[in-house]
Amino acid sequence: MTKQRKAVALISGGLDSLLAAKVMLEQGIHVEGINFFTGFCVEGHTHAIRKKDREKPKRNNALWSAEQLGIKLHIIDVIDEYKDVLINPKYGYGANMNPCLDCKCFMVSKARQWAEENDFDFIITGEVVGQRPMSQRRDTMNIVSRDSGAADILVRPLCAKNLPATKPETEGWISRDKMYDFNGRGRKPQMALANEFGFTDYAQPAGGCCFLTDESYAKKLVDLWDARSSREYEMDDIMLLKVGRHIRPKPYFKLIVGREDGENRFMNGYRKQFDYITTVSCPGPLVLIDGEMQAEDVEIATRLAARFSKDKNSDAVTVCLHLRDGTEKELTVTPLRNEQIPQEWYV
Amino acid sequence: MSQHTLDARRLLCPLPVIRTQNAAKKLKPGDTLAVTCSDPGAESDIPAWSRIHGHKVLEIKHDRDTDELVITIEIGEA
Repeated sequence: MTKQRKAVALISGGLDSLLAAKVMLEQGIHVEGINFFTGFCVEGHTHAIRKKDREKPKRNNALWSAEQLGIKLHIIDVIDEYKDVLINPKYGYGANMNPCLDCKCFMVSKARQWAEENDFDFIITGEVVGQRPMSQRRDTMNIVSRDSGAADILVRPLCAKNLPATKPETEGWISRDKMYDFNGRGRKPQMALANEFGFTDYAQPAGGCCFLTDESYAKKLVDLWDARSSREYEMDDIMLLKVGRHIRPKPYFKLIVGREDGENRFMNGYRKQFDYITTVSCPGPLVLIDGEMQAEDVEIATRLAARFSKDKNSDAVTVCLHLRDGTEKELTVTPLRNEQIPQEWYV
Repeated sequence: MSQHTLDARRLLCPLPVIRTQNAAKKLKPGDTLAVTCSDPGAESDIPAWSRIHGHKVLEIKHDRDTDELVITIEIGEA
């Protein structure tokens, strides 16, 4: 009896990985999905935090893809291991702080380890030659195969015909003829294949699935590292970079100002870890103070906080400074005017 | 059959799913796991994860005061 061959598919939640897994299922392969959570995944986070986004329907597209395919999905927390990928990328960064090639090597390597531990035969990705400027070029796709250690058990069903034959093909586990030769950035072949498979509802590409490709987010991350003179980070750090206005009046502290109720509610969970400012005399945001503010900085911090309150145009707003030791101090201050806040303070 | 709880409050998806997945690995078929979450996304994600892994969602309870939800699942056959 022929052995049932098993493949683990990297499932991002996008169309390409959905199609790649489906192509292998159509060839009778047992497929299970794997999805890595680095902490920088766009999926879900801002929806959960921001009130306006809460009204939109929410779903995790990787789970949704797995359900469409009828396969299991294993979501793996790689937050700690990923730090080294981000801090020390062998192949450098893309346009922002995105170490795309190192990231792909890391993820395929993790998938290879998972496949070995779970007795799977090969790995599938939805990569397409020429689709991404950094991680999906012919030369860099070879690097992914090599550096991940996956070598010839890494199969890219959507562009396999453009690449050398892999072990699953040469061993006859899968047919090269039933794979594809997609190439470049165009999406039409994928959309046509989706239509052929009957997938009508799938995640649309929307500027990447990783905050590290986002210019604004990348700036905040670099600012955090510069302020601490260290590139280390914790999960809470990278979560807080996703919320609020970040304003740095001095190199050694910044304010994180909630922009709406959803962000204020989310930031509430961090009150025990930070000094913070609330507004007393009128509605206003929660303002977390990240860093060690000095006594002489209280005035500027409280006036900044008042600037984002409902009475920002009045002459006096009462705010409360809450310190981590439990001390609370009410102060009545004049909100800073917009023109008094140097643009370079905004991170 | 035993009953278990998991506190996934203040975690944003997919972390509640990951914690649920890791907790479920240690349980036996028929055991129940009640997961308390504050991310509204968990309401769709944990049931989706449960369906694809053969677990059964027994109940989803909302606490309007705290804006939290408790999702109780019954562990299925592996």
